[in-house]
Amino acid sequence: MTVHSFQEHFDKKIDGDVAIEPRDWMPDDYRKTLIRQISQHAHSEIVGMLPEGNWISRAPSLRRKAVLLAKVQDEAGHGLYLYSAAETLGITRDELYEQLHSGKAKYSSIFNYPTLTWADMGAIGWLVDGAAIMNQVPLCRCSYGPYARAMVRVCKEESFHQRQGYEIMLTLANGAPMQKKMAQDALDRWWWPSLMMFGPPDAESGNTEQSMRWRIKRLTNDELRQKFIDVTVEQANILGLTIPDKDLKWNEERGHYDSGAINWDEFWNVVKGNGPCNKQRLDTRKKAWADGQWVRDAAMAHAEKRKARKATAKAA
Amino acid sequence: MAQQTTNKNEWPLWEVFIRSKAGLDHKHAGSLHAADAEMAIENARDVYTRRMEGVSIWVVESTNIHASDPGDAESLYDPANDKIYRHPTFYNLPDAVKYM
Repeated sequence: MTVHSFQEHFDKKIDGDVAIEPRDWMPDDYRKTLIRQISQHAHSEIVGMLPEGNWISRAPSLRRKAVLLAKVQDEAGHGLYLYSAAETLGITRDELYEQLHSGKAKYSSIFNYPTLTWADMGAIGWLVDGAAIMNQVPLCRCSYGPYARAMVRVCKEESFHQRQGYEIMLTLANGAPMQKKMAQDALDRWWWPSLMMFGPPDAESGNTEQSMRWRIKRLTNDELRQKFIDVTVEQANILGLTIPDKDLKWNEERGHYDSGAINWDEFWNVVKGNGPCNKQRLDTRKKAWADGQWVRDAAMAHAEKRKARKATAKAA
Repeated sequence: MAQQTTNKNEWPLWEVFIRSKAGLDHKHAGSLHAADAEMAIENARDVYTRRMEGVSIWVVESTNIHASDPGDAESLYDPANDKIYRHPTFYNLPDAVKYM
């Protein structure tokens, strides 16, 4: 087959919703886009453990602590599913880490905000995981098989993350006035960054059109953001909390909520590395990687020694 | 399944297969890195069975898996294409014949 016919075959599969698998021919840009998106997603899961890790030792009860530990452990697992999906595209795990540590690869900017109070564990579960689920559900039908399969696994596990967060918010919102205030403060701080998680508006999103064509993406940033706003407003009402957007209003004609302008300067500033915790998050990751080097080396040396011993025993 | 792109310092890549309950086949779940088979099984337990998804785990070092080439799909599977007589629906029997 010529490159042209390879391309034709690939296009036909995409149009027919036939999944692309690792050993299939694919255009270079498709591969590159996937590596970028999947690795960014994996890095987000891994860095996403840090803001919550901050509260494990200070969880208000044993139940909350067990739940938070399980959630953080899931995030490590999700990172690993995604890294192995990215590796099927011909990049090594070490290269992926290197891209994160050098700043070449990005992760979700939301994790560059600090977790100041316990209520932030509630707001993150409810809003940040809620937004992540909104993003991830359509990715279960993504054209690249290993990514889609990883997302099915992630989505199955993620729903408890959002529910436990909402439960924390519910408990605080129905608690003492101080607790309710804490919940409102967390909502105030996490609302706008959560909306930014869906990425820049469609008009300014350079990758959207091509990714939709390749069926890597199924819905645009603005469509997903709108869906998220529509379902979350009702959930805030049940909590008796106020979403910090004075322009938020039901639009009968559109059948959607209208909402205020997002501060995209803040978004780009955080993406560029100037968020409140960018440096801290990356330094923590780099230190963990460097400090773990001797463990990785020792495990490898041990495995090799055992293999050699077994070989000698067999020969004897 | 992942392609082979080994790096000298990296722990080898393993493919993980899980039997979700007795009576069912082991099914490919994903892959992971581990220094040896024992560690691969322990890691697979943590990564792929956090919610009782399995009762048995197989791990195979990815380099030991040999796969067919998708480019050969036509010549590999074509011979089965025109043999519809291998399916029970190929045979016309009177309605009166039961349990067959």
